Amino acid sequence: MNQQKRFDKLNKALIYVILFFFSIVSLLPLYWVFSTSMQLSSYESPEMERPISYVDSNPPKMYPMGFKLYFEHWGEAREAEKAGNTEEAQYHRDQMSHIMNNTFSSFVTLFKKHDIGKWFINSFYIAVVVTLGILLLDSMAGYVLAKKRFPGRNVIFWVIISTMMIPGQVTLVPMFIMIRDLGIMDTHWALILPDLSMVFGVFLMRQYMYSIPDELLEASKIDGASEWKTFWTVVLPLAKPGLAALGIFTFMNVWNSFLWPIIVLNNADLYTLPVGLKTLQDANLASFKLLMSGAAIAAIPMIIVFLIFQRYFVKGLTLGGVKE
Amino acid sequence: MEGNKTLASTTVSNRDLKPPNKPIYQMKRNIWKEMKKNYSSYLFLLPKLVLFSLFIAFPVVWALVLSFQEYRVNGSIFIGLDNYISVFKSEAFMIALKNTALFTAVTVPFNIISALVVASLIFPLGKISQNFFRSAFYLPTVTSMVIIAMVWRWMYNYDFGLFNHILGWFGIESINWLGQSSTALWALIIMQCLIPFGVGIIMYLASMGAISNTLYEAATIDGAGAIKKWFYITIPLLKPTTLYLVLLSTIGSFQVFTQIIMMTGGGPDNATETLVHLIYKTGFRDFEFGLAAAQSVVLFLIILVFSVIQFRMLRHDE
Repeated sequence: MNQQKRFDKLNKALIYVILFFFSIVSLLPLYWVFSTSMQLSSYESPEMERPISYVDSNPPKMYPMGFKLYFEHWGEAREAEKAGNTEEAQYHRDQMSHIMNNTFSSFVTLFKKHDIGKWFINSFYIAVVVTLGILLLDSMAGYVLAKKRFPGRNVIFWVIISTMMIPGQVTLVPMFIMIRDLGIMDTHWALILPDLSMVFGVFLMRQYMYSIPDELLEASKIDGASEWKTFWTVVLPLAKPGLAALGIFTFMNVWNSFLWPIIVLNNADLYTLPVGLKTLQDANLASFKLLMSGAAIAAIPMIIVFLIFQRYFVKGLTLGGVKE
Repeated sequence: MEGNKTLASTTVSNRDLKPPNKPIYQMKRNIWKEMKKNYSSYLFLLPKLVLFSLFIAFPVVWALVLSFQEYRVNGSIFIGLDNYISVFKSEAFMIALKNTALFTAVTVPFNIISALVVASLIFPLGKISQNFFRSAFYLPTVTSMVIIAMVWRWMYNYDFGLFNHILGWFGIESINWLGQSSTALWALIIMQCLIPFGVGIIMYLASMGAISNTLYEAATIDGAGAIKKWFYITIPLLKPTTLYLVLLSTIGSFQVFTQIIMMTGGGPDNATETLVHLIYKTGFRDFEFGLAAAQSVVLFLIILVFSVIQFRMLRHDE
């Protein structure tokens, strides 16, 4: 029995070791984005012949060198001050401020020389507008498809669902021609309108609305509430968890969407973050610190959204499967 | 409730039971009445239906039409199957098809098996560890592929990339991962295999939670070990989830695009050309709309065939 216990403990430890190893593999690329974005790209000290960059040093530095060197200089500056050597203390203070500036230099460049602030705002407001629109339209449609009986209901539902099987690339060319003929090429309408037409949410909300008890709807009707009022005051509050799941996935899909935006956007002022990142990469193929800083700025919002709303991600996935 | 009764008189089954004693035009009026009574339902559906028709249904039909046409601004002309013939005759398309198929054939099984293994390892853990690992494996999934592709391009860098450095630890010479046609596609395949399949892990965890414990208890009494239980209980009962995930990731894998345009542009020498990247190039670099439409219809048919086969397998089991 004792041996069995020891064996179990060993097993458990082994499982943790394996999982930690896999987690490192999983998170390494994201870590590398942040590490490179803050890597020291120019550092000079009296022992060196010329300034060196730790971004493309060989072997690569596994963490931002600036932080380490900053504390080294800080310690030496304090010692020099204690010894009364103001000149040396000043040198270390200068090095410290140089290191700080350099560590975050590419973030400053991105905001000053490139339009990443604009791209960020574009991405954000488009994602918010589409998410709110989708939540309203899809819950309205899902509600009547789940709870009402009327001629044509099944036909409408199946037509909508069957198009979910069709890959989005099929509509690229006709949409391009349409958007051009409508005269909204190179505007945000060209992104928002097609995104609002996505049908996955109708399916999801219909599944969710089934669980709302009919008695509540009847009661609201007996109270003399209009259809709209019933929907707004009874149905929507009950559907909150479903709405949260749908909202998060819509936000994520729109925030990350790439293929269609690179086709319809040409004006740099209108770029969304993924499109901006692509042009940034095309123009600065080898400035990895700059590129990784851009990537970091684009990654942070989704990471925060994920960490806050984690349980809704799980819920959304298990509610009906999610199209990526 | 009254609404239900009147509807019942118009359903197919009731009409089949006894021949209608009302003339046809009156039945039509019944439907019309039903529609009028439910006008609010149609109003609820209207905005979505308008958008759906305009930006999904209509373009899908147009894509089909366009694939038989040569597009011209002042009136396209029908050219029959010419676009399809050029699709299958073009070497680039065949290469793209081969690359996409290889990419899918390697990454889909690898990702699904590793998701199953990881989920099985996470499942018995306590709640806190479960949450921690689930987040660790799902985080890359919420990150845009554009970002992931950018950092992998950097890690694959010949001179300063992380991977060549790691190879150096083992005394292996640097590889020009993305820069030569012999390794470029495999570099993308390795990358796809090492990005955890977060959706799969979460779905497997949810399905494992639904398996009844009594099955495992019975197996324990029969003297089955953990591995035996995994093979004879867990895997068979997860089959529906597995098939769903295979379907989902096969469809996704056939549409691989972002990595290609961000990391290799289909090169070198078409070595990493894929179907969607080819459609993008044909449509929006060469502006051959008819041809691009035909390519996309072929892509759809390929995906459809896979989906039907997989649906059949699913139904066969139940």
